[in-house]
Amino acid sequence: MANNPALGAVFERDEPAFVPYLAAGDPDYEASLEYVEALARGGADVIELGLPFSEPIAEGPTIQSAIVRALESGMTPDRYFEFVEDLDVDVPLVCMTYYNLIYQYGEGEGPRPFVEKAADVGLTGFVVPDLPAEEADPLRAACDEFDLDLVFIVAPTTRGERLDRMREQVSGYVYVQARLGTTGARDDVSDQTDESLARIDDWAVPKAVGFGIKEGDHAARIVRAGADGIIVGSALVDIVAEGHENGDSVETVADRLEAKARELKAGAVRGAAESAEADGD
Amino acid sequence: MSDTQKFGRYGGQYVPEALMPAIEELTDAYERYVLANEDGFMDEFRERLRDFGGRPTPLQYAEQLSDAYDTAVYLKREDLVHGGAHKLNNALGQVLLAKYMGKERIIAETGAGQHGTATAMAAAHLDMPCEIYMGRTDINRQRPNVFRMRLNGAEVNPVTVGRGTLKEAISETMRDWATTVETTHYVIGSVVGPAPFPHMVREFQSVISEEAREQIREQAGRLPDSVVACAGGGSNTMGAFAEFVDDAEVDLVAVEAGGSSLSVDEEAGVAPNSATLSTGDEGVLHGARTKLLQDSDGQIMESHSVSAGLDYAGVGPELAHLVDEGRVTPANVDDDAALEAFHRLSREEGIIPALETAHAFGYLHEHPDAVGDVTVINVSGRGDKDLETVVEETEKRDLDVDVDMSVFEGAAQEGV
Repeated sequence: MANNPALGAVFERDEPAFVPYLAAGDPDYEASLEYVEALARGGADVIELGLPFSEPIAEGPTIQSAIVRALESGMTPDRYFEFVEDLDVDVPLVCMTYYNLIYQYGEGEGPRPFVEKAADVGLTGFVVPDLPAEEADPLRAACDEFDLDLVFIVAPTTRGERLDRMREQVSGYVYVQARLGTTGARDDVSDQTDESLARIDDWAVPKAVGFGIKEGDHAARIVRAGADGIIVGSALVDIVAEGHENGDSVETVADRLEAKARELKAGAVRGAAESAEADGD
Repeated sequence: MSDTQKFGRYGGQYVPEALMPAIEELTDAYERYVLANEDGFMDEFRERLRDFGGRPTPLQYAEQLSDAYDTAVYLKREDLVHGGAHKLNNALGQVLLAKYMGKERIIAETGAGQHGTATAMAAAHLDMPCEIYMGRTDINRQRPNVFRMRLNGAEVNPVTVGRGTLKEAISETMRDWATTVETTHYVIGSVVGPAPFPHMVREFQSVISEEAREQIREQAGRLPDSVVACAGGGSNTMGAFAEFVDDAEVDLVAVEAGGSSLSVDEEAGVAPNSATLSTGDEGVLHGARTKLLQDSDGQIMESHSVSAGLDYAGVGPELAHLVDEGRVTPANVDDDAALEAFHRLSREEGIIPALETAHAFGYLHEHPDAVGDVTVINVSGRGDKDLETVVEETEKRDLDVDVDMSVFEGAAQEGV
């Protein structure tokens, strides 16, 4: 169920995937390269790399602030593609951004020039929070042309025909939104997660759960509920923001990110083991 | 896809997945209650517009302006709607619809404060709890409306990100909605946002042109040569144009805020105007494909107008479509000309217009030969809310305004 072989291979492994998010260029280009690489060292299996848009309506205050910092430090779509090329990581990168940036890029109309460039620099797919399946045909077609994946978000409110439509369109993995609202770290794990996973239980595409995951225990709990992967953004962006505000060195912040990544990955793996025990495997 | 979704290439539904079910629910409710008058919704809406809102508003022949510009000028007096602006037509419609849908809470964004005020009034009238998001900059320049919202029992939440104007307030309200969508209705304040909002808001506002069309035929014995309305998001514009769109002989002029300049500073991400129809490019913002003020990367520009209500980087998708089709003519008037028109209308006709509205009168002053023999100008709202801004902005400019804006010292000295 993946167009992109590298992304497809991640979910064929016999362990849950850890999918962290950071906004590219937060708080600046050089530091951000170090931070993304630290996530890879800490066990990231896929990295959702945010391309900042000025009106991020699906994001909570944490990621919104990261986007503002990245934009103020000069991040643009072209700089973003350079950033991807400059990164020294060996995990698939998925571009998370808003549709206007994809639509406006390059010569010619529509999303194709952006997708072509994304494929050229080695990105493997897209998450576009303001592009529902109903509006996604042009981007879907371009993704198919260049062997990239288009990940959709299933919300706790998504039901019926909308689920069917999304099932037809999604590839790579499906992003299961653990709770209503915008992104942001929470202190507990929502019961909505179980319901959401149950609704798409028979989908062939891997299920990665995001929104509100902050600790290894959350990750374990999500994987026990049946997720194939966990997506973590705000808890990591918080580490970048605190380091930036306190004037900590890039190396120190990178170490914290790597440690947090290890905790989250270990939590996910533990959750899988507990799940297997419970199943009597 | 139903015909409430797109206007040519514009419109659509570009929103986070969590909102899509609410938008489908709203589309269904709109088609049943508004378009099909199920349960007598439209009858109740019209009755409340009349008794609570004060409709119909007059179409007034403006003697001084007609003499000055040698053309018959008729004013559609939306400033006389309860609350002082056309905004109540939409707010009342949407809050009533939310009630029919069984929603428990109302949220809204506001720029100039007129939509927030209208929503707060409609929510109080229909006994619904209400929260309003308003940019910090706009709170500072529109304080009377903040007080009015609070008096009506609404909470006003300041939005401090970005430049703290309408664009940021809309984003913040969408975030609230994404969290509370199952119980809350978001009353969008203009013909913008995801479908069915542009279609629905136009439908609620079309009462303006429905009345005006009938009134001008009675009073002038014919249709006008032109209808002129100011355009920010475009709700009073589409309201004033809707029933004239099929009358090919009537010119429709949408007057935007030219601000301080039509040029842009791409490096700074700033457009010193809000002239989206005149200078914008196609893109996707706040749920719809439309014309936008954006840089070459697609980042949304900060817009500018002396009038908070026009200060928005987007515009309604239907207006963008009608401009592309050649049916609506975009025009723009700068800050200075709008301020001069504000003073002129106040002095010559005894009507203190909203600064938004003043742009339409600025157009009349600059292009009297373009409006034909009979013109209808939509007085979208009254200017009480803008007095502090007008005093401040007039004092710092060298305008052709023969008015003493200083405080009357005699009264203070005598303790009156």
